[in-house]
Amino acid sequence: MTVNGWIQIGLFALVIFAITKPFGIYMYRVFEGEQQPLPRLFGPLERVLYRLCGVDPRKEQEWKGYTAAMLIFSFFGVLVTYGIERLQHVLPLNPQKLAAVPADLAFNTAVSFTTNTNWQNYGGESTMSYLTQMAGLAWHNFTSAAVGIGIALALARGLTRQSGPSGPKTLGSFWVDLIRSIVYVLLPISIVGTLVLVALGVPQTLSAYRELTTLEGLKQVVALGPVASQEVIKELGTNGGGFFNANSAHPFENPTPLTNFIEMVLIFSIPAALTYTYGRMARDTRQGWAIFAAMAVLFLAGIAVAYKYEAGRNPALATLALNHAPGNMEGKEVRFGIANSALWATVTTDTSCGAVNSMHDSFTPLGGLVPLLNIQLGEVIFGGVGAGLYAMLVMVVLTVFIAGLMVGRTPEYLGKKIEGKEMKLAMLYVLIFPLIILVLSAWASVAPYGTSSLNNAGPHGLSEIMYAYSSQAGNNGSAFAGLSGNTRFWNITGGFDMLIGRFLMIVPAVAIGGSMIGKKVVPAGPGTFPTTGATFTVLLIGVILIVGALTFFPALSLGPLLEHFAALSGKVF
Amino acid sequence: MPGNVTAAVRPVPHHEPQAPREREEKMLDHVVPAIRATVVTLVLTGLLYPLVMTGVAKVLFPQRAEGSFVTDGSGKVVGSELVAQGFANPGYFQPRPSAAGEKGYDPLASAGSNLGPTSKKLRDRAAGALEKLQKENPDAPGPAPVELVTASGSGLDPHVSPAAALWQIPRVAKARGVAPERVRSLVEDSTEGRDLGILGEPRVNVLQLNLALDRRLGAPPPAPPAAPAQAPSATTDSKG
Repeated sequence: MTVNGWIQIGLFALVIFAITKPFGIYMYRVFEGEQQPLPRLFGPLERVLYRLCGVDPRKEQEWKGYTAAMLIFSFFGVLVTYGIERLQHVLPLNPQKLAAVPADLAFNTAVSFTTNTNWQNYGGESTMSYLTQMAGLAWHNFTSAAVGIGIALALARGLTRQSGPSGPKTLGSFWVDLIRSIVYVLLPISIVGTLVLVALGVPQTLSAYRELTTLEGLKQVVALGPVASQEVIKELGTNGGGFFNANSAHPFENPTPLTNFIEMVLIFSIPAALTYTYGRMARDTRQGWAIFAAMAVLFLAGIAVAYKYEAGRNPALATLALNHAPGNMEGKEVRFGIANSALWATVTTDTSCGAVNSMHDSFTPLGGLVPLLNIQLGEVIFGGVGAGLYAMLVMVVLTVFIAGLMVGRTPEYLGKKIEGKEMKLAMLYVLIFPLIILVLSAWASVAPYGTSSLNNAGPHGLSEIMYAYSSQAGNNGSAFAGLSGNTRFWNITGGFDMLIGRFLMIVPAVAIGGSMIGKKVVPAGPGTFPTTGATFTVLLIGVILIVGALTFFPALSLGPLLEHFAALSGKVF
Repeated sequence: MPGNVTAAVRPVPHHEPQAPREREEKMLDHVVPAIRATVVTLVLTGLLYPLVMTGVAKVLFPQRAEGSFVTDGSGKVVGSELVAQGFANPGYFQPRPSAAGEKGYDPLASAGSNLGPTSKKLRDRAAGALEKLQKENPDAPGPAPVELVTASGSGLDPHVSPAAALWQIPRVAKARGVAPERVRSLVEDSTEGRDLGILGEPRVNVLQLNLALDRRLGAPPPAPPAAPAQAPSATTDSKG
């Protein structure tokens, strides 16, 4: 570890802290304000889109209607992307004449991008036409992010609106949230971001791949494409699907340390700012900061561990007569070095982004444990765009309930009682996630068609399997990428893993909102457990760690932990 | 039911209770807006946005937008400044090992090795690469920097660290029959610092450095025929 490395990490944390409030206020005005910001700039487009979609922006939906609209919209999203992939060989903008994507891979990919996962069982430069990249995949980078924001808002409205038992039970309009997310937040930042990235070296072209002769006379074909426009939204929307196979380690996706910094800030910006937006919705910004603080503590703990272990030697190379000062450089790029690789790995798995600028598969056992555990904690550490906030709010509900049990009072949050129904929904949310991951991992690790895809033997192989299903269920999309996921078994089980991890978790989350919206609001009394301040933050962190870490600890001890001790004794597999 | 939007510009703020609904919404009520929203968002964010950005980028930053290609002294395009290419001639600086494609440095198959930290394959590969380096660089100062035996994440890493470039100077100077100091000054000229003085790591772009060498010292003498560089095993699927 170096001083400069810590300065970079500190600078990143500072920038995120600095944008949380102003960006949070902006989003509050976009989604909850009586008048949206910059009406002359964005208002006309917003109104045109309402008209084209045929929606009445004044008409809000109850939780079932909101969920139904989201599900149906997502269904068509899967369908259209599947169609584009299957027909790309006859569609335009395919200068490399790439063939149609095979059915099982097309299914996996269509689900992957619709669910904001962006798991990729393919290399972009050898599989997807420019049209598929833009209209089939990057399109979802906008809509799936907007869906996530919408779900978070719906749950937040359920918790914070004080309409009472006789008032309306609506949680907002799915269509309004979708369109406003795109028009006011995602699109303008992407437009500016694209130009910045191109200026710094990211290609943005429809030209065919360039064939050339290298300085030593070898043939090289350089893959190109409309990369920048996809790169920026892939980070901003915490999608993470690379234009190229190597994702943001590829020098065309992420050519300089400055682009790397910008892209990391894009990943954290919306999730961090939404905590402030939430605080405003709750009419008490300390509610948002308490959540922000829990996230920040877990983030710093993750980066500290990842950085420490990646800065050390790679155990497989430790005995070779090398200058080991740079640290574990297998799978990492020189321009980023160890600090930025460890930082990115932490950031991309704290959120549901999953873009990578180094190969997690080649991390040291404990360095690689950090991204895996981050995902398994439920991506609540800032989390996905929207997805992080609603996941964290479920954890808050759980924490309030546990605190209530400890002090012997009926738990209440923001003046509303938390009762059996909400707890059942919260537990459903909490249990689906490990259930699907552990069952599928167990299946894959005993089936020959599961283990035949592994790139590494020994405990690391189990880590590859567990990472794959955790990443897909968590809608993250990063990988221990040695695993060859493009087989029928992995494509199909992974596809369902992603669908369940997204939609079976969204439904209980919105249902909690629907159940809380009509509750009577009672003013806080002396027996009310405060949900702001350090005590609550510590308790919240404790609940996150207990729920997430204990669920997965037995499995983790057979993967990364066992590998760590094997590595200490110098064993290779 | 939907449609009249001219009056519908401003949604009802949330704290004003809205009028009671006329009837319960049905699942089917969402299908038509869902189809329309699918088409509308696809055209806006999947087609208009990237196409307009492509046009604007082409006007503002043509060289960057098209892939940052660079030319040799005669004006021939010899590579992209951002994409590594293989160098075997001892008179050129060599990039890091590449797991991209079977022979490495293949931009159609960007990838890392994805070999884990207890992988025997990784140890054997690195040991082999180290042995080769030591044989080719008998006069190099000290042990080889670790990045010269480790594959990068993309397989296309265009840089080596300044230490890894300095380490190769004796070999390059000897192959070209020039004093090491002349090569060293070129390496120093080619070294980029951290971005904004803080971000990232200092680095040397291998292709740019080799182009500078050729400009200053001419092309290197042809290398004795050597076995092609061993590429680390690559996996070309999964996001990585």
